[in-house]
Amino acid sequence: MNQSDVAAALRQVLPDDCILSRDEELRPYECDGLSVFRQKPMLVVLPRTENEVRDVLVTCRRLEVPVVARGAGTGLSGGSTPHESGVLLSLARLNRILKIDPVARTARLQPGVRNLKVSEAAAPHGLYYAPDPSSQIACSIGGNVAENSGGVHCLKYGLTVHNVLAIRGLTIDGELLELGGGAPDHPGLDLLALVIGSEGLLMVVTEVTVKLIPRPQLARVVMASFADVRDAGNAVAAIIAAGIIPAGLEMMDRKATVAVEPFVKAGYDLSAEAILLAEADGTPEEVADQIAEIERVLQAAGATAMVVSSSEAERLRFWSGRKNAFPAAGRVSPDYYCMDGTIPRKNLGPMLEAIEDMEARYALRCMNVFHAGDGNLHPLILFDANTPGEWERADRFGAEILELCVRLGGTITGEHGVGIEKINSMCVQFSEIERDAFFAIKAAFDATGLLNPGKAIPSLARCAEYGKMHVHGGALPHADIPRF
Amino acid sequence: MDVQAVLNELRERVMAAHQQRQPLRIRGAGTKDFYAQDAGAASAPLRDSRTDVTTAPATEGNTPDAAPDSSVLDLRPYRGIVDYEPSELVVTARCGTPLSEVEAALADRGQFLAFEPPAFGGDPTIGGVIAAGLSGPRRMYAGAARDFVLGTTLLDARGNILRFGGQVMKNVAGFDVSRLLCGSLGILGVITEVSLKVLPRPRAEETLRFEMPSRQAVEAFNRWSGQPLPLSGAAWWDGVAWIRLSGASSAVRAAQERLGGERVDPTEATRWWDALRHCQHAIFQSASSQDRTLWRLSLPDTTPPLSLRGDPLIDWGGALRWYACDPQSGDEPRKAASAAGGTAMCWHGPAPASGRFHPLQPATATLTRRLKDRFDPHGIFNPGRMIAGL
Repeated sequence: MNQSDVAAALRQVLPDDCILSRDEELRPYECDGLSVFRQKPMLVVLPRTENEVRDVLVTCRRLEVPVVARGAGTGLSGGSTPHESGVLLSLARLNRILKIDPVARTARLQPGVRNLKVSEAAAPHGLYYAPDPSSQIACSIGGNVAENSGGVHCLKYGLTVHNVLAIRGLTIDGELLELGGGAPDHPGLDLLALVIGSEGLLMVVTEVTVKLIPRPQLARVVMASFADVRDAGNAVAAIIAAGIIPAGLEMMDRKATVAVEPFVKAGYDLSAEAILLAEADGTPEEVADQIAEIERVLQAAGATAMVVSSSEAERLRFWSGRKNAFPAAGRVSPDYYCMDGTIPRKNLGPMLEAIEDMEARYALRCMNVFHAGDGNLHPLILFDANTPGEWERADRFGAEILELCVRLGGTITGEHGVGIEKINSMCVQFSEIERDAFFAIKAAFDATGLLNPGKAIPSLARCAEYGKMHVHGGALPHADIPRF
Repeated sequence: MDVQAVLNELRERVMAAHQQRQPLRIRGAGTKDFYAQDAGAASAPLRDSRTDVTTAPATEGNTPDAAPDSSVLDLRPYRGIVDYEPSELVVTARCGTPLSEVEAALADRGQFLAFEPPAFGGDPTIGGVIAAGLSGPRRMYAGAARDFVLGTTLLDARGNILRFGGQVMKNVAGFDVSRLLCGSLGILGVITEVSLKVLPRPRAEETLRFEMPSRQAVEAFNRWSGQPLPLSGAAWWDGVAWIRLSGASSAVRAAQERLGGERVDPTEATRWWDALRHCQHAIFQSASSQDRTLWRLSLPDTTPPLSLRGDPLIDWGGALRWYACDPQSGDEPRKAASAAGGTAMCWHGPAPASGRFHPLQPATATLTRRLKDRFDPHGIFNPGRMIAGL
């Protein structure tokens, strides 16, 4: 199918201003938040209604054209990297908040609504939407559903899957699916949980109903310094062992604080090898009690200095460095590559040591930010794409970190998704039989395989290829992915 | 017999069943035999809580039924806690491990299963708890069973062992098969091992009583749920609303002062919430002795009182309502639940023509059939348990 035939077919069902086909119109869509992977789509469509989305899907299904759904394009795993002979389906125009129900504490949203906007709309009622990925100012709810996004508060408040009550959407066949609902329990299989985090492979979401929760009266954060990252890791375990579930529990190593401090002036202790941020929220009495307890535990765990936020402005300032770690990495290095593995917290020490060793071997720097409370690591590998060989080294560095995550009892991705980026690492984490089970699920929803092909689950051939590459070493991974 | 040998035997039985196309009834302690689309009224678990209600015998080797049934795949021998690290907030156990054993291990370290799975007066296996996916009174405040599932191991119809998820809090590699299996009633395969997130037991807990009619109670539950209060239970029965508060003692005390009500003695409070959690409340008893049909309605929590005869037992802040109905009323409760945006299960008593479980939407039923066909092509696992003919 060539571009003009597909465009002609889509013009039958969509207004002209919903179809982009010229080169300069397609360029902005050639990558998502992971810009090392670029692919210009054949066409971009921007429908305004669910009916138009259905028409796009049915048309593409009939013409056997691949469809890649895209929200705000902030994804970090290339989940919405376009398909060269496919249609990129942007849900950006479905961006209305359909209803905020303060009594039922729910929000009904179109997929293109930005994450932060939900909390802003709920704020007059004293409510908010808990999952807060660092990109929350830009990322969309539809994208959050596709990736099962987390954030810095998910240890206490859960991931997207814990905060979405219902979704409505369409299969590639144009069939309407309504999963979940206003009542908490549903008969039959939990297809809602299955679809959340399915990276656009199973259906296209057109409506999301989320849970809103009361905003805590108060939140305060303790910032603690440690002379050794291992001590900081043990301090995290000590907090949990003391029966405390902080609202947020984050760690940054010195390489990360040194990078962000000039940028955000958060007041980080740059002499510390690692800093911990531990937040308590709730009633003023409860927060006072929990902060005192956290301080006690951190003291005993060897903190060399501690500061407690004394105002909301100061609390936000302490967090600003953490939330801006990625842009800060962009300031100290032309490019950075963010990893997203999760490990049992007890293995943090060995992991950080191994990363240090890899820095030497790959001759690249790596700064570490870490959702310490839930074991989710974000090593940021710094490189320069314009220096020949650096990206390839960064890519291998990343893959080695992910393999170590699996060996240490963890996973290759905690919240960013597999997308196209970690597809080879899936061969390490899952056996052929397990991957077959994923394909069986894919086929039950999308027998044609047209929804986001080539993402999230590697084919047998791909894993065989990756296995060989390992043997030979040094070969360029993702050799079949075009680069520009 | 060591656990590996037990697992091998299970695999062999499954492979043989698959080859011979012989159905298998997956079973743990048998506390939820009634919880099935094809369950007859006779098998409902409504017994006096003082008697040994589970049909599961204490000694190994006996089968729960009068005559040994070769179609039963008894999972109780595959038991034991595999891994438990309190500071990681994760416990991993083999499917046949009794719930009481898991809960005792957690209690030793000041932790618990926050979704409060029902035991129905017996001692279910942890595999059965997850396969059924049922949750107790804390469900609306702490989360449901599926919210605490981190990983599962599946024995599929071909005898393969597959692992999904893991032992970490955040994991988005591959489709979330672990949560799909929670509540799957065994139709896709045998859950042989589960990893669950656990939480520290709340430092303080208080229960308050308020005399008020059900309409007012549901309104109050919703109002309070929209405020930053440490709620962990909200129920109503016979003119009295019960509120449970859990958390830091300062938070519980502050909420108690704010809400008022009458403080309930801790022993009585535990008795009340346990009865709700384990389905041992008086309404279960009376439904049985008076030949009533007991309906379990899952509703949006804001739903005003339904126009069904008789007062319900209300749990989950209004989202779960139990009605003991005249069997002549057919599936009227189901119609009322549907109209309110919810679903209804005929928990005990003769099932209406529309089935014991609430019928699935056609599109969802089609997907369920396709998944079943792919995971269990010969239909050996729990035929008819979730959907008639499947």
